[in-house]
Amino acid sequence: MVTIKQALDDEIACKEWFLPGNSCCAGCGLEIALRWAMKALGPNTALVTPASCLNVVIGLWPKTAPNFPFTNMAFAAGASAATGISEAYKAKAYRFPGKVWEKMTTLVFAGDGGTTDIGIQALSGAAERNSNIIYTCYDNEAYMNTGIQRSSSTPHGAKTTTTVFGKERFKKNLPAILAAHEIPYVATCSISEPLDIYEKYKKAKDIEGCKYIHILAPCPPGWNYPSEDTVELARLAVKTGVWPLYEIENGILTLHKKSKSLVDPSKRAPLVDYLSRQKRFSNISEQALIKLQERIAHDWDNIKAKLRAQEK
Amino acid sequence: MSKARKDFTQEQETKIIKGNVSAAYAAKSARVQVIGAYPITPQTTVVEKLSEFVDSGSMPGTQYIKVESEHSAMASMVGASMTGTRTFTATSGQGLFYMNEMLHWATGTRLPIVTAIASRGPAPPWNIWADFTDVISQRDTGWMCSFCATHQEIYDEILMSYKVCEDYEILLPKFVAYGGFILSHTSKPVIIEDQEAVDNYLPPLPDEKGWPHIFMDPERPMMFGNLIMPSGFYSEFRLKIHDAHMKAKEKIKNAAKEFEKSFGRNYGNGLTQQYKMNDAEVGMLIYGDLALQMEEAVDLVREEGYKVGMVKLRYFRPFPVEDIINIAKSVKVLGVMDRATAFGSPTGGPVSSEVKTAIEGVEKTAKILPMIGGLGGREVTLEQQTEQLKILIKMNETGDAPGDLFHGTLWHGKLEVE
Amino acid sequence: MSNTEKWKDINKSREKRPKVQEYKNWKELPPIPISLPIDGAIGITGDWRTFRPIIDQDGCNKCGICWMYCPEGSIINKEDGTFEVDLTYCKGCGICAKECPTNNIEMKRESDITHE
Repeated sequence: MVTIKQALDDEIACKEWFLPGNSCCAGCGLEIALRWAMKALGPNTALVTPASCLNVVIGLWPKTAPNFPFTNMAFAAGASAATGISEAYKAKAYRFPGKVWEKMTTLVFAGDGGTTDIGIQALSGAAERNSNIIYTCYDNEAYMNTGIQRSSSTPHGAKTTTTVFGKERFKKNLPAILAAHEIPYVATCSISEPLDIYEKYKKAKDIEGCKYIHILAPCPPGWNYPSEDTVELARLAVKTGVWPLYEIENGILTLHKKSKSLVDPSKRAPLVDYLSRQKRFSNISEQALIKLQERIAHDWDNIKAKLRAQEK
Repeated sequence: MSKARKDFTQEQETKIIKGNVSAAYAAKSARVQVIGAYPITPQTTVVEKLSEFVDSGSMPGTQYIKVESEHSAMASMVGASMTGTRTFTATSGQGLFYMNEMLHWATGTRLPIVTAIASRGPAPPWNIWADFTDVISQRDTGWMCSFCATHQEIYDEILMSYKVCEDYEILLPKFVAYGGFILSHTSKPVIIEDQEAVDNYLPPLPDEKGWPHIFMDPERPMMFGNLIMPSGFYSEFRLKIHDAHMKAKEKIKNAAKEFEKSFGRNYGNGLTQQYKMNDAEVGMLIYGDLALQMEEAVDLVREEGYKVGMVKLRYFRPFPVEDIINIAKSVKVLGVMDRATAFGSPTGGPVSSEVKTAIEGVEKTAKILPMIGGLGGREVTLEQQTEQLKILIKMNETGDAPGDLFHGTLWHGKLEVE
Repeated sequence: MSNTEKWKDINKSREKRPKVQEYKNWKELPPIPISLPIDGAIGITGDWRTFRPIIDQDGCNKCGICWMYCPEGSIINKEDGTFEVDLTYCKGCGICAKECPTNNIEMKRESDITHE
């Protein structure tokens, strides 16, 4: 387990690769996610970002915040363009062996809309091909860049500008969908655990094939809470069991230590602690609350069943 | 892997192959480094042949991405090309439409991606046969676009395309279109050139630094694609794309000239190719596979004593305005035959509409007769083509356009079932 | 070098190329709009701040949690192991103050500081 001290002493991790003075909102969850992913991966990384907040927070031409190769991409093309880049590095490595091209990591940082909705086809394609990329979904649970419209990652009961009385459907479980593709590595992260993000990216970097990391990244204007609560909310999402932290390596599921005890329902913090801090849930009905709780229990039952099956 | 298989080897060789296979051989001869493709009729044999080349080790170092859609095919090409590699893909009709968004990305990033198009009619209803509406409907994506009339021309044109596209003053993507089935699935002798001769003709593969304007290099971090405010240089960057198209005309001519020097095959001035136009009084402007048979029709009509000629339009984008003006000045009547539609346009046919615009304001030009035929792979017979020429001759003699025009355009070869 | 070639400087390594590209007319422009990395790509984001984080150095246990959570990377780890806020870009989100385990960071209203 990496400590803050070790990160500070690390030549790469102590530096900022996503430079300050960009236009992320104050208290942006995405920024913490990207900051720590890049601390793990370092500058030999090419990043592709399909249309999302990250497309615009980097600054206006001719200036930009990422201090590494970075390209914006069409909304549906994150995983496919990244595959092109990753394969081109292979082609370059063939012509110029022994150079940096062999060591390049191709990373996608896409929002939940770009991943769970419009980008899912390209992502599924890349996963099935096992393209050598790390695909990240930074999940703020709605289309924040266009003004907080619902996405398939928006949770049940949440108010958005297109679900004014709360969303009826449940959040799409994308990590499970990716795990079903049987790719070598699937992980969930929360920005409340930056060192966990760091370690998971370090691990993903050394795995050949398609890696998928899903990071819960709260959004102050989108979820409607004061900016200083970003980390606290991400932490509550873990504590309440809403967002289980796990990794699935070659099909084997392991829970992060912060989620391990939550297999026991009595160890989970009350859901209201998490919901009541966000105005997007201010009008949530009793009924929706019950449904959400049932859903969380259901998701945990699945995790339990999977763990039990592994033991056998 | 044996040493012999480690490099591309090919001696000059004549093969009897399908048009699609000719395209695949061109990609191999051009030593493309990354291919991203998705199958669609009638392009399928291109991707099959390339797959065979790559898997058998005859294209060493080439990465072949078997994507899950055309949108992803072009996205992977954009990603691969911006990293600094030579890229190739192929598609048709509906696939090309699905690529549309990414086509704009390729142009906006100024990537020299070459794409073979086995053209087919747009659905609905389903149609998989020759019709250039697919490629022409991508007119405003900023891709260069040319048509091929023969199997050999597919191979040759793809090579010439890399020379033009990768010129640092141009840096544009390009379509090489040919009629689905008519060329894609028929077999003819094609000369596959000696690898060394091709290497000498083409620019070298991008070096380690990649293209001059975009690179995914950690030593030189850069970011592409961020927002430009209306008060920024947005329109100026668009203007530069148009400027590159205009400059490309000279480069295309040079590429054709050098191609003839290297390989002995002539394609006119590159933009257009004339057939018996020197003393012609009436001419037919035509493109794609229809041009091949039209040469025969010209010969037949000339035997009857009429001075007719034909111009093969090789390039649609950039549009050879100067050539068109000269042609329109040299004849009295010019038929423009479209195997494509542009609904609601001045003539209903895309090229004839462009020709009318090109000669606008120029004095003493030919009367233009817009014609449409052969849509969705409908057979255009030699008899029909001679008849088309005779309509032009009659129009020259009487001064009147034929009586059965449909909104000003002759839709030739309509079914008349009794 | 002619003006039209000026853009080719973007091709050089990190150290050798200009920090900021400046173009006067379209002929000088590169083929495509490339952006180069720089601190403050969007400006001095410290101007956004309503509340300023003030670290009480005496009570600081140098744990680095503020540095870890700062979204902007605006908390600087100094040679002596202490931490300092880079006020040029700190947007004043307040995460550092909220997460500090010893409650050692105070968020103070900017207008009050100016008046002091």
